[in-house]
Amino acid sequence: MSILFSGRVSSGATTRKVGVGRRFFMFWVNHVRQALFSLGELWRTPSASILTIGVLGVSLTLPATLHLLVKNVQQVSDSFTQAAEISLFIREGVSDTQISSLHKILQADQDIARVTHISKQQALAEFAQVSGFGSALNYLTDNPLPDVLLILPKNTSADSARQLMARLSKERIVEFGKLDIDWLTRLDAIVSLLRQAVLIIAVLLLGAVLLIIGNTIRLSIMSKKDEIEVMKLVGATDAFIQRPFLYSGIWYGVFGGLLAFLIVETMLWWLQGAIVSVTSLYESEFHLMALSMAEFLSLMLLAILLGLSGSYLSVRRHISAIEPTGP
Amino acid sequence: MLEFDQVSKSYAGGFVALDRVSFKLEKGEMAFLTGHSGAGKSTLLKLISLIERPSVGRVLINDVDLSRIRRPLIPYVRRDIGIIFQNHRLLMNHTVFDNVALPLVIEGFSGKDMVKRVHAALDKVGLLDKVRCLPQTLSGGEQQRVGIARAVVNKPPLLLADEPTGNLDPDLSKDIMRVFEAFNQVGVSVLVATHDLGLVARMKYRTLTLKQGKMINDGLLQYQEDPL
Ligand SMILES: Nc1ncnc2c1ncn2[C@@H]1O[C@H](COP(=O)(O)OP(=O)(O)OP(=O)(O)O)[C@@H](O)[C@H]1O
Ligand SMILES: [Mg+2]
Repeated sequence: MSILFSGRVSSGATTRKVGVGRRFFMFWVNHVRQALFSLGELWRTPSASILTIGVLGVSLTLPATLHLLVKNVQQVSDSFTQAAEISLFIREGVSDTQISSLHKILQADQDIARVTHISKQQALAEFAQVSGFGSALNYLTDNPLPDVLLILPKNTSADSARQLMARLSKERIVEFGKLDIDWLTRLDAIVSLLRQAVLIIAVLLLGAVLLIIGNTIRLSIMSKKDEIEVMKLVGATDAFIQRPFLYSGIWYGVFGGLLAFLIVETMLWWLQGAIVSVTSLYESEFHLMALSMAEFLSLMLLAILLGLSGSYLSVRRHISAIEPTGP
Repeated sequence: MLEFDQVSKSYAGGFVALDRVSFKLEKGEMAFLTGHSGAGKSTLLKLISLIERPSVGRVLINDVDLSRIRRPLIPYVRRDIGIIFQNHRLLMNHTVFDNVALPLVIEGFSGKDMVKRVHAALDKVGLLDKVRCLPQTLSGGEQQRVGIARAVVNKPPLLLADEPTGNLDPDLSKDIMRVFEAFNQVGVSVLVATHDLGLVARMKYRTLTLKQGKMINDGLLQYQEDPL
């Protein structure tokens, strides 16, 4: 409906009687058509598009890889949490019979999977061997090392291992118990540090991506300045002119996301061989975790959102700034 | 329908392009706008199509003061005004069809309806055989006519033309003027800015003459007695 000329009907949809269903259908047909048209535009200016898609892809690869790294380290640290072993240090001057009776009692304990006794003599011999002090230790008048009982809990989670240790430490002949899970807490700390680093790097990179996409769209707006002026002169709204540029942004996102996915997959495939040879040495069941479907979809969604918002920021600023000049 | 009320326009730098211009164009009226180069013809048309805003005075269409039209509504006003530009302003890397269809696409036309209208408009300017051409492959006069087809394709109630016959030979100029007359006969108001005084004198329409931004003549142009 016209503002100045009452009664002038000039919209394509209102001149004909069109049903709601058909109009809804046409709405989507139009959007698909424009999306395909924008795809064609990208195809026609390949150098600029490829550069932008490349930057977007590589920029998304880094956070995605770091995310995978964190995920895999997490898997490793989870598997090690299952390896908590308790060392019970026996008091000075306790007789061997007392120790072996405790050994028997503990072997019968419900919560304990295995008990190993390392006598002071064994410990000293082992120490002499690994430390390299060897003959120097002969000068010691008596053995300073205690007897040790190594306990492998049935339930090897960190918490129950800690409880078990507290209980066993109360035994009369036990000096103190030690649960070697400090390094696990440290690993956890490192993982969470890594995760924060990933977040920061991701935010920085994504900011850069936003600027790059915005700039590409800006250049393409500038190169179409004359065309945009003409469109404004014949009555196109900013929204109408914006649409193809927004679609370009979406396409950048789609292709950039796919590129990042391909790079990550290639990298995993490359590393897989190396990792298999390492893990087989450790007899570990570790295998590299790839991107899950949900992660792939979020990667794509993120890429598309970046493309769309990058172009939106640019389009908002630059299209309204173009004013047509004269007939 | 179109009314200028004591309109002045000075450009940045203080140059006065229009000086207290007043006139009225009735609904269904056809008029010429003449004057020397630099007299302010294009400026006057720019004020109507909201490309420029007047410094002083009011421009009204159907009693709506154009200064009250806010920026987001400008496109809708332009859809009611067919404009033929002095320098064609075609989309150079789109076909003639796309160029002419542009105003229709903007207004949401599609399919057969759109094609029919585009062909009708191109037929009026005698370019139906060039539908699939790119503007570069057309002569200056043909490009001008594509611009005319684009201006009339959505049947606007007001038609502005800036030198529409600038690149055309006398015969073609006459044909184009006939196109404008045909539009005028179905109730469209037409305002044509032109240098072609011979043509203006022959056509016997109301003529507005500008000289250094001032309206010095409003009525039939006596070409022989009052050469510009
Ligand atoms: N954007 C602008 N900024 C400053 N001065 C301008 C601008 N546009 C036009 N002018 C000046 O205003 C005067 C009138 O210009 P206008 O384009 O209206 O003339 P015209 O009558 O259309 O001339 P022509 O027949 O050559 O097209 C000219 O002297 C021109 O220099
Ligand atoms: Mg001019």
